[in-house]
Amino acid sequence: MTSISEDSDKEKARSVSVDLNNDASLLIDIPDALCERDKVKFTVHTKTTLSPFQKPDFSVPRQHEDFIWLHDAIVETEEYAGLIIPPAPPKPDFEGPREKMHKLGEGESSMTKEEYAKMKQELEAEYLAVFKKTVQVHEVFLQRLSSHPSFSKDRNFHIFLEYDQDLSVRRKNAKEMFGGFFKNMVKTADEVLISGVKEVDEFFEQEKIFLLDYSNKIKDSTAKAEKMTRSHKNVADDYNHISGALNSVAADNNSAFKKHLEKCVEVFEKLRKVEDRVASDQELKLTELLRYYTRDIQAAKDLLYRRARALADYENSNKALDKARLKGKDVPQAEENQKQCLQKFDRLSESGKKELTSFKARRVVAFRKNLIEMTELEIKHAKNSMSTLQGSIELLKSN
Amino acid sequence: MSGSCGRNPPPFPDNEDLEAEIDARVLDSDEEDEGEDIFTGARSKPTTPTSAPDEGDIFSEEGSYIRSDVHHTTNGLHSDEELDLFTEATVELTLTNTTSQGRREIIGPTASACNTTHVPNSILKPSIVTKTMEELEEEESGDQFELNIAVTNPEKIGDGMTAYMSYKVSTQTTLPMFANKTFTVRRRFSDFLGLYEKMSAKNSLMGCIIPPAPQKSVVGMTKVKVGKEDSSSAEFVEKRRAALERYLQRVVAHPSLLQDPDVREFLERDELPRAVNTQTLSGPGLLKMINRASDAVNKMTIKINESDNWFESKLQEVENEEQLLRRLHAAVDSLVNHRKELCINTAVFSKSVAMLGSVEENSALSRALSQLAEVEDKMEQLHQQQAFSDFFILAELLADYVRLLGAVRCCFEQRMKVWQRLQEAQITLQKKREAEAKLLWANKPEKLQQAKDDINEWESKVSQYERDFERVTCTVRKEVLRFEKEKARDFKQHIVKYLESLLHTQHRLVKCWEAFLPEAKAIA
Repeated sequence: MTSISEDSDKEKARSVSVDLNNDASLLIDIPDALCERDKVKFTVHTKTTLSPFQKPDFSVPRQHEDFIWLHDAIVETEEYAGLIIPPAPPKPDFEGPREKMHKLGEGESSMTKEEYAKMKQELEAEYLAVFKKTVQVHEVFLQRLSSHPSFSKDRNFHIFLEYDQDLSVRRKNAKEMFGGFFKNMVKTADEVLISGVKEVDEFFEQEKIFLLDYSNKIKDSTAKAEKMTRSHKNVADDYNHISGALNSVAADNNSAFKKHLEKCVEVFEKLRKVEDRVASDQELKLTELLRYYTRDIQAAKDLLYRRARALADYENSNKALDKARLKGKDVPQAEENQKQCLQKFDRLSESGKKELTSFKARRVVAFRKNLIEMTELEIKHAKNSMSTLQGSIELLKSN
Repeated sequence: MSGSCGRNPPPFPDNEDLEAEIDARVLDSDEEDEGEDIFTGARSKPTTPTSAPDEGDIFSEEGSYIRSDVHHTTNGLHSDEELDLFTEATVELTLTNTTSQGRREIIGPTASACNTTHVPNSILKPSIVTKTMEELEEEESGDQFELNIAVTNPEKIGDGMTAYMSYKVSTQTTLPMFANKTFTVRRRFSDFLGLYEKMSAKNSLMGCIIPPAPQKSVVGMTKVKVGKEDSSSAEFVEKRRAALERYLQRVVAHPSLLQDPDVREFLERDELPRAVNTQTLSGPGLLKMINRASDAVNKMTIKINESDNWFESKLQEVENEEQLLRRLHAAVDSLVNHRKELCINTAVFSKSVAMLGSVEENSALSRALSQLAEVEDKMEQLHQQQAFSDFFILAELLADYVRLLGAVRCCFEQRMKVWQRLQEAQITLQKKREAEAKLLWANKPEKLQQAKDDINEWESKVSQYERDFERVTCTVRKEVLRFEKEKARDFKQHIVKYLESLLHTQHRLVKCWEAFLPEAKAIA
């Protein structure tokens, strides 16, 4: 990674984020990853010109849990309360390929050698796809942090990038400290946002309404997109079985339409590959896009929530101050408390506004990019299928 | 119209009929033509004829049915076969293109809907496309005959559990053995089954491959009877209508069957006596089941001493192929189901995206998302149509052939039975001869005459059975060859048609996405 153009090329391969990783002072990528049984070991590679780092170019191995630690650490950091915190990458999910592998093992006896080999190939491809996806999503997380003016300076982030020993010790401590505490709070965020405090700022009122609604809808769309993609994969699988069965018929057949059968086998093979690509491209461009923004919207909601909490705190401090004035006790503390709460609230409001505005822009750009790419790929694949089919039809008709 | 719609429902309740008629009772769909329109969703066919002097019109809905049948045989086949298109077999086993013609347009009337939008217009020879029935008839010289059959207009007769579905069977022919050139009758499902039963039992057709009738379906029919007007019952009716049509087309494509008086009666006669032997729980039905069981046992014990291996190896081939086709059919069936699932999921997704678009605050993105929802909606329709093609072009073909191969096996079994009968007669003859010898030795002249009569009787039986066996052997051989040719032709045609349907779908897909691309690019 030595030039920005190279990076923007790499960006094209990214599915959900744009404009990351083009600040030469801190460049991060995940050049490879190892999969051992259940665990994935990512190699996080950093290239930097910034001074706090000891070396300009270094790599460390990290596990998924390390990423989660980093995310939680950032979330818990008070000073980032006014920022949208990049959503944590989801756990690598090899359930699909694993299931298939199981099925393959079971069905081995009932399949022909060719079928078995084909299914194995398929399985490997699927495995690879899941692998690529998880690497990408972890990479994007780090790159969002590195490209953000505040997060890129975060100490925990630097530790994550640099600390060349196992992070698990630090992780354990952190877990005990934070231990799902914030997660519990977040669960009720929606309720706080909806019910709670009266909103004075028009901008935030709008945002609240919008984000709540959008969050539900995009969650729904993500789920539906996943179902649709899975159906596409099933169809591709069926093409595979059909070509296998056709192959058996063709092999056994000596009649005049043997050639037709064999051609059909070829066609189904090719179509299967195309359908597979269609399904995985759709997954990458559409489903992943929706998934990512579901998480991102959640992060934006979290920001609103934190601000709402701050507002609640401020109002409570006001009440406390009034009570203190009434009682005549602890007034200076109450005043100090109230001042701090107000400051915090203002700070959150200010940065929150900025973050949410840039979030809008980011979202629109990402959707545009992905929808265009998906459409172009769909067209490409369909044209591919068409030419395969046309060729075969002509061949068969000319016989 | 020669067809009659005035069939009276059986007296209610009629227990015997009730149990057995289950499969034949059907409730109507509101529109006459609903069965044909389900999957295409578009009414692009000419309306069905309603009045009598419609000789040309009877087939107007199948107009394109003829067209495509014509163009199909001209594509990829030699030019001399083009003439054969209208040749009719007047004598038994001449292989003519009636076979290809008889088995036209598996999709039936809906084909016309497909054809008007179909990409393969490029392969239609324009001159042929524009021919009408009359022109086709004029083209024929005296020696060429044709016969076209269509099964259409499923109509509910009666109400409730005693209701049944009546189908219009239209024939158009130039064969002299028929009274008219075009005629229609109405038949119900049990009539078709009855026809099959009659043909299977005939000696004259021994050794012939009798096309099996479509299967009964208690589940399917009950749903339709109960009056559920949902898509699954409409689907069932359409599936059955198409199956009945293919069945008849195969029957008339067979030169010997066409000559059969029962077949002709089926096509021509206004009212057919109810075929009660087709009821599962009737006396004859049970008898049949028992016979079938005992046949299965016998099959395993007979072995014919053959001069050549042809029959044994052919039977093996047939059995293998049946297994393989079964497997292929299962795979295609799975495809049909998954594609239907994809349909549903796409539709659901489309709605969800529309909702998302309505909430989106950026107006250009909002518009693009609505457009995406529309694209996905169109996708759903495409998937729907493709599932339809998957089913009717591929799955049904395979299902039909699995059962046809079963019918082929039946012929072989029939030949076995004839052989067995011959063997038994020879054994009996031998015994009679031994008995005679014993009598001679025991010197009982009064019984001798009886013994001599017995021997004569059995000698003639043996020679009769020998001739039968010869005949059956010859028939089976010819039938198998004819069948294989037909199968090859059928498969070739369907494979091409299926690939064309896939091509068509992909073509439309491209168009949809290309229309969406500018919308996506317009997001700002």
